[in-house]
Formats: sequence, C-alpha cells, structure tokens
Amino acid sequence: MTMDETAAGRASQPLIVIRDLVREYEIGGQIIRALDGVNLQISRGEFVAIMGPSGSGKSTMMNMIGCLDTPTSGQYVIDGFNVDNLSEDQLAALRNEKIGFVFQNFNLLPKTTALENVELPMMYAGVPGRVRRQRAMEALERVGLADRMHNRPNELSGGQQQRVSIARALVNNPVLILADEPTGALDSRTTEDILKLFEELHQQGNTIVIVTHEDEVGRHAKRIVRFRDGKVELDTTSHEEAGVLGRVH
Amino acid sequence: MFTEIVRVAWRSIRANKMRSFLTMLGIIIGVMAVVLSSAIGLSAKAGVTQQVENLGSNVLTIMPGAASSGGISRGFGTASTLTTKDVTAIQQQDPDVEYVAPLVSTNQQVVYGSNNTNTAIEGTTAAYQQIKNLTMAEGSFFTQTEVDNASNVAVLGSDAEQTLFEGDFGSPIGKTIQIGGVPFTVVGVAASQGSSGFSNADDAIAIPITTATNLFTGSDTVNEILASATSSSTMDQAQLEIESTLRVAHQLTPSESDDFQITNQATILSALSGVDRILTLLLDGISAISLLVGGIGIMNIMLVSVTERTREIGIRKAIGARKSVISTQFLLESLMLSVSGALIGLIVSAIGTEVVSKITKYGNLLSPVAVVASILFSIAIGIVFGVYPARKAANLKPIDALRFE
Repeated sequence: MTMDETAAGRASQPLIVIRDLVREYEIGGQIIRALDGVNLQISRGEFVAIMGPSGSGKSTMMNMIGCLDTPTSGQYVIDGFNVDNLSEDQLAALRNEKIGFVFQNFNLLPKTTALENVELPMMYAGVPGRVRRQRAMEALERVGLADRMHNRPNELSGGQQQRVSIARALVNNPVLILADEPTGALDSRTTEDILKLFEELHQQGNTIVIVTHEDEVGRHAKRIVRFRDGKVELDTTSHEEAGVLGRVH
Repeated sequence: MFTEIVRVAWRSIRANKMRSFLTMLGIIIGVMAVVLSSAIGLSAKAGVTQQVENLGSNVLTIMPGAASSGGISRGFGTASTLTTKDVTAIQQQDPDVEYVAPLVSTNQQVVYGSNNTNTAIEGTTAAYQQIKNLTMAEGSFFTQTEVDNASNVAVLGSDAEQTLFEGDFGSPIGKTIQIGGVPFTVVGVAASQGSSGFSNADDAIAIPITTATNLFTGSDTVNEILASATSSSTMDQAQLEIESTLRVAHQLTPSESDDFQITNQATILSALSGVDRILTLLLDGISAISLLVGGIGIMNIMLVSVTERTREIGIRKAIGARKSVISTQFLLESLMLSVSGALIGLIVSAIGTEVVSKITKYGNLLSPVAVVASILFSIAIGIVFGVYPARKAANLKPIDALRFE
C-alpha cells in the first residue's frame, strides 16, 4: 500500500477512492461487464445516494464499496486500504472494522435478541463481553429501541428491525455506513422515520452511502451518483440534481 | 469468542430438537453396539473361565473306543474296553497323574417318602471329589473305606436333593433313600456346580463304584475314567502317559489304533471361546458399520443445516466473521452431535449392562476400554464428517450467501 497510513495521513485523504473500476461476471459462458470503468471519490462526512435503474450496476457498486466483492481490474481504496490484494479473511476484518451494513431485508439473525444481534460485529472484532453488552445497549438507545433490547426480530415491526440493524451498523464505529435499499421493505411513514435517523447520523459526522432506486430516498442525500450501464452517468449535489430533474420534467 | 461459538452451535442443536435427536440416534446405536459387544465378549470369556474352573482346569476324560458291528464304527464310548483294572494301572504307573476315578453310570428310580425321581446314578471313588473340585453343601463325600466296603451310601447333587427332599425340612444327612429298591444312607449333598455342557451334574447321585457294580451293573467295565494331572502344565505329559499305559494294558500292537479316547476339557472350552471370539468380531464389525452410518447421518444433516442457514452465514461473513469462525461453528455443532450421541449411548448401555449383570452375576461388564474407545471414535466421527460441511459453509461467498432465499 502506497498511501500514507498514519491516522492523520488517512484523515487528510478522501475516504473512498475508486479508479477505473471494472467488474465482469461470467454467466452461462457470456461475459457481462457490470461495472465499466468507474471513477469516484467520497470524502469523510458525505451523505451520498447511489441511484440508477436495475441493471445499471449500482448493486455491484454496493458490493464493491462494501468489500463483499473484489474488482476485476481498477483500484478501490477505503480509508487508506487498497482492497485489491487482500485475502478473504483480511476483507472480513476490513468489513468488520470499517463498514456498517444496513440491508433492505434487515438481515438480522433470527432466534437471536436485538441486543445479541447488535453485539455480533463486536464479537468478531474481539471486544470483551461486558464492554460489548454496554456498547450494544448504548447503540440501541441511540436508535430509540431501549425498551426492545430483549425482543427477537420476529417480535419487532419492520421499522424496529431496521433500527436494530442500524444500531448493529453503528456499534463498531465504522468509517462508512453502507445501506442497500434500506427502506425498500418499509411503508412510507416508517421510511420517513428511518431516513430522518440517517440524516441525524449524517449530522453527527458519519459518512453514509445509500444505494436506492427511490427518488424519495435520494432526496434526503446531499449528493447523488447516478449509474447507467455500469458507468457513472451523473454526479451531483442534491440541489443541482433537483434542478436537473426540474429541467427534465 | 470461543464460548460464543459454542453457544451458537448449542443453540442451533436445540433449535431442531427432533432432528438433532434423530441424527444422534445413529451414533447412540453405534456406541451401544460397541459397548454391548465388548460386554458380550467379556461375559463369554468369564463364563468359559468359570466353567474351566468348575471342571478343574487339569482334568482328562478317558472314554472307551468305538464298538464296531459289521465293520461300521458306532462311535467312541460305545465299546466296553475300559475296566477298573485300567484305573489301577494309571494310578500306579503314571507319575504326572494325581487322581484317577472310574465312573459307571446307570439310571435308577430313586425314592424318598412320597417323592420319587428317575435319575443318573454315578458309581465312583473318593477321588471323584478331588478331580471334580466338588464342594459339599452338607455332610461329606463318601470315603475310600466306604468304597472298599461297598457301603450303601449316597452323595446327592443339589438338584437331586431338592427333588427328593421337597417339603421335607431339616438336614437330609443320615436319611435313608431307596435307589432301585435298595436302601442307601445319604452322607453328603454337593454344592451346585451348574450344568456344564451336555449333562446336569446337579441332578446326579454318586455312590461307591463297588456298590454300583454289585447292585446294578455286575461287571468291572466302566463308562468313563476321569484323571487329573498334577498341574495344568503337566497335562500333555499326563495324557501321553495314560495313553501308553492303556495301550499296554489293552495289549495293542503298534499297528492298532487306540481303543479309547482321551479328551482334555480345557481344549474343548477353548474351542468354544474361539466361537465367542468370532461372535465378538462380528459384533465389532456391525458396531463399526453402524457408527460409520451414524457419521454419514451427521454429515447429511450438517449439509442440510449449512444450506438452510446460508443466509445466516452470509450475514455473519458480511459483518466480519472470518472463515475459521464459521467453520469452527459448524465443526463444533457436528462434534456436539456425535459426542452427545456417544454419551447418551453410553448411559443407555451402562443401564443395560447393569441390568444384565444382575441376571448373569458376572458383575457389570461395561468395559472402560469400550467407553474410552467409543468416546474417541465419536469425536473422530464428528470431526471427519463435520469437516466437509464446515468447509462448505466457510467457503460461501458473502454476496451469494446474502442473496440466497
């Protein structure tokens, strides 16, 4: 890694640097280019929405940013770490330390209480039991679920489950919160609550990337990156985007 | 973190109680087969040893040769080639023979009061007690003097005593019984020897051979001669001596074959225990196969479990679980299944062998070797059959696993 790896050095760099990123899949003998030379930088403290129609490559982009997948070619650097030559276990450690995931269908462990779900990332980080419990409780309080800690996912509403998964995303103090269609399974009122929560987290200084196809969700972000055919089509701050939309309609 | 992994594995076993139990059943049955087959092997061995001890470990049995009629041999024991003279010859000439006793057998009606039975009457000498290692429950065996005097005295087997003196309280010693219509005085009752092989010695009544010859058989031929060697190490020597003594006594030329047969009871029993060994081997084979099948059952269920929990694995990996954490979790689950199966199997077989030991009186034959072996074997099975599913789980790609419905 050629980047300056001291904490101060890293802090001065953009959080995410993506250069000429290409990801190809082979499906039935045919090579599909899901990402076709993407360049993108995201700074610390940004609130970015990645948008685009299905098949645009935004889900592949989310897997790349989340270190769940590795590029075919090109470069991806997060917080000073080049993802390219990391082993599967190193990627797991990187995800554990740097990224908090929020999924469309919550992806909480069933038959496991809210508290234990939130403790999980700390368990894999090797945080000792008592500290873990304490921090998990604080995270649940932060998302407004202090009274639901010992309930299991099937005893919680969709909105509550998504709050648990946000608490789980926050608990290891990641440099990035990465949300994949976080409101896709929620009704409009709950969607509004969850988006407000994301805004609060943004105001507290967290870097947030939301992958979505809903304009409603995108409107809450401060910057929108639009994908089409595996490439960045538009990269705008929200008021510019609004203007563009205004001109289109 | 390890304790958490243990907890997760345990929870998943408990979440599917019925399935886990059925999975364990293969191991439970396998372990029971291991323990019980070793118990059967041990009890067979104990039984043989006990029988050898009952017989006296250094007893030789001499049977008359085969009588032939028209060139057709009628089998050993059918001719009347042994006589009381042979007994005297063996006694006098063979240094490695300690005791010799002739045996003439006849069946007679025996009556005491209103009880009567038809049983074997064995005419013999005082040496019989030493050779057969007989202990007396009451009274004593008849003496050589009583044999020499052809006294009408009888020693009862324990079953014969019970049949004759049923409903009669008090000691049978000194009571008079009728054997074949002749009065005899009971001088002793032998302790039970258990049935050994073909006849029940406890049913028989022993009387002096002289009396038996005078009253019932009327000749000096004997049905059988029992001899004991001075020790178990001189048995082969004693057997050779008896053979040459009898050949001389029967005036056999070198071209003639023996007209008698000497058998060594210990040899017969060791042949029997060889059969037990084959049985044990067979049971061991069956138990090994059932443990193997149990292991395959565990692997099968673990693979189902990995598929069912693909999404869970995806979540864990996305959140930061390393490969080793995932594989440890599944390996532990498989180990817990196999080891709990083994423990349940051991508990059930411990109860089983305890019950059997109450019946057979050989003591609890739960062998420590079998216990340790089945625990080690079940650990090995848990690992061997758990590794593949565990690796499969650990190698799942998080994006594929998360997308799995």
